[in-house]
Amino acid sequence: MPQSLYDKLWNSHVVHEEADGTALLYIDRHLVHEVTSPQAFEGLKLAGRKPWRISSVVATADHNTPTDHWDEGIKDPISRQQVETLDANIREFGALAYFPFKDKKQGIVHVVGPENGATLPGMTVVCGDSHTSTHGAFACLAHGIGTSEVEHVLATQTLVAKKSRSMLIKVEGVLGRGVTAKDIALAVIGRIGTAGGTGYALEFAGSAIRGLSMEGRMTLCNMAIEAGARAGMIAVDDITIDYLKDRTFSPQGDMWNKAVGYWRTLISDDGAAFDAVVELDAALIEPQVTWGTSPEMVTHVGGTVPDPAKIDDPVKRSGIERALSYMGLTANTPIAEIPVDKVFIGSCTNSRIEDLRAAAAIVRGRQKAASVKQVLIVPGSGLVKAQAEAEGLHQIFIAAGFEWREPGCSMCLAMNADRLEPGERCASTSNRNFEGRQGQGGRTHLVSPEMAAAAAIAGHFIDVRTLG
Amino acid sequence: MQAFTTLDGLVCPLDRANVDTDAIIPKQFLKSIKRSGFGPNLFDEWRYRDHGEPGMDNSKRPLNPEFVLNFPRYAGAQVLLARENFGCGSSREHAPWALEDYGFRVVIAPSFADIFFNNCFKNGLLPIVLPAQTVDLLFAEAQAKEGYRLAINLADQTIKTPMGLVFGFDITAHRKHCLLNGLDEIGLTLNHADKIKAFEEKRRLEQPWLFA
Ligand code: SF4
Repeated sequence: MPQSLYDKLWNSHVVHEEADGTALLYIDRHLVHEVTSPQAFEGLKLAGRKPWRISSVVATADHNTPTDHWDEGIKDPISRQQVETLDANIREFGALAYFPFKDKKQGIVHVVGPENGATLPGMTVVCGDSHTSTHGAFACLAHGIGTSEVEHVLATQTLVAKKSRSMLIKVEGVLGRGVTAKDIALAVIGRIGTAGGTGYALEFAGSAIRGLSMEGRMTLCNMAIEAGARAGMIAVDDITIDYLKDRTFSPQGDMWNKAVGYWRTLISDDGAAFDAVVELDAALIEPQVTWGTSPEMVTHVGGTVPDPAKIDDPVKRSGIERALSYMGLTANTPIAEIPVDKVFIGSCTNSRIEDLRAAAAIVRGRQKAASVKQVLIVPGSGLVKAQAEAEGLHQIFIAAGFEWREPGCSMCLAMNADRLEPGERCASTSNRNFEGRQGQGGRTHLVSPEMAAAAAIAGHFIDVRTLG
Repeated sequence: MQAFTTLDGLVCPLDRANVDTDAIIPKQFLKSIKRSGFGPNLFDEWRYRDHGEPGMDNSKRPLNPEFVLNFPRYAGAQVLLARENFGCGSSREHAPWALEDYGFRVVIAPSFADIFFNNCFKNGLLPIVLPAQTVDLLFAEAQAKEGYRLAINLADQTIKTPMGLVFGFDITAHRKHCLLNGLDEIGLTLNHADKIKAFEEKRRLEQPWLFA
């Protein structure tokens, strides 16, 4: 029987299965960061247990770390303690690799894993973070988990799970100029809604997906969770394999050839069955901008803020009214007339080298609008930062009046010092526009790196394609 | 995990629907590295008159006397009576940790958010779903009578009121077994340790690059 990629990944990891379908899945890679791991390590110690296979662990500090003045350390004592606790736990238990605060390879956990070849096709990958879906770009089964589950995986190398239904999202055709993986992600969420993927594992396929770089594929799988799905994945092809060649933890020599032979099988067979199929035409996708407090509240840059008066469904209408009031927006305002106070280019969605190159291409020779208070460029990792500096991208940003920062989660969730003040409006390349996500009272509009850079130059949203 | 068998506990009625995890334990407290100690910040924004931050001496903060948890008659409550969709919002396990640390062992509501419901069982907290009319009745009695207690028996799956009324509740056999015996999921999974080892060894042979 033809199998989908999801079937193959699932079946190859089932250690044990109960009559009701509850399974123990073997976990190959466990990514760890400072926020959701301390209690798991503590639980392990209290129970007198040892980690099952510590060489499955790759750890980094990212959520709480500051993005400037690294010489001054972490000023917030509580954040500092959380980071130091991770240091101590890794010292005590070990890890395959640890990229601590200030390490030249430190960065956002979902950027660091793939760029070091710690995420390999066919793996099950878990992390105490919902955006673990990112790693599905490498034909992995990648899940975000809770803290008790972090402890469970540390102690048993397995996760208790039940198989999801499968959804194929097919995007055929060629993306227009100025249209990116982020726009595909937002267009998909706009189509199926933030609960559309609930209970499903998503596979992204079609010629537009095959045309994406690994960076773009990671952006897309990263946002699968915002569509309600616990996992998103993409089949292996030459682009996957080329990306992995000669990375730190990628196999070498004979082992490489053997691995590649296996990885090539990680595709959905012709005729594989899916529980649901969604099709999009790439040529019709335009640059997207969210206007509300949920990623599904999205339109294209030529669109307008919706008018709740025109909505019949009372629940939907009041939802839109609440969102517009929080966002300080008036119905029917053209998106291109919305001014921004701050711009954030970063996060595990859009902080990789390709994202910075794309933003820099827009910015080159231009200046930040005077009305924009701050533009933060936060590379996803130390390696991304070094690469960008080797290419001179940082000088383009600095010359434009942007701030070039150290890697970390930064203003994606405002657990460190980078945040919006109440009422401030931000064009952000991150993944969540929930109330208060980037700081209490802050207003977030999700966009691609190109669109964020263009907004920083213009002072308001603008169709990046008109900038030439 | 602490076992749960029977409880005869004082009831605190929290008469609000859609209580989310951010209300149960606000975001600034997620910086803690402990599983315990969240009790003083349970419902922080409702319980205190000032804005709470980690590291504050909570005993010196001004209490909101209008919040039900602060009524002297509910001091020491172990059963939280709540309305529909309790625990909605994020997946933070800090929410059940805070309830448990405060001293609650049971939460009764007409419905719960999915992830919160699951997280409770991993932490020795028993969430019980009862029909809305039954919850209405319990609210009325708990608000009317000072010192109102409920007797919960997990083995029998029953709740008994002071007047002698008895209500049954549902729980899956697996969860009941874990709670009654104080078994955590890790302990149960480790019963399959041999199978995990065998699986791992086979994998190590077939895909050695995963074990570098
Ligand atoms: S960048 Fe944002 S979404 Fe990604 S791991 Fe950090 S906080 Fe989470």
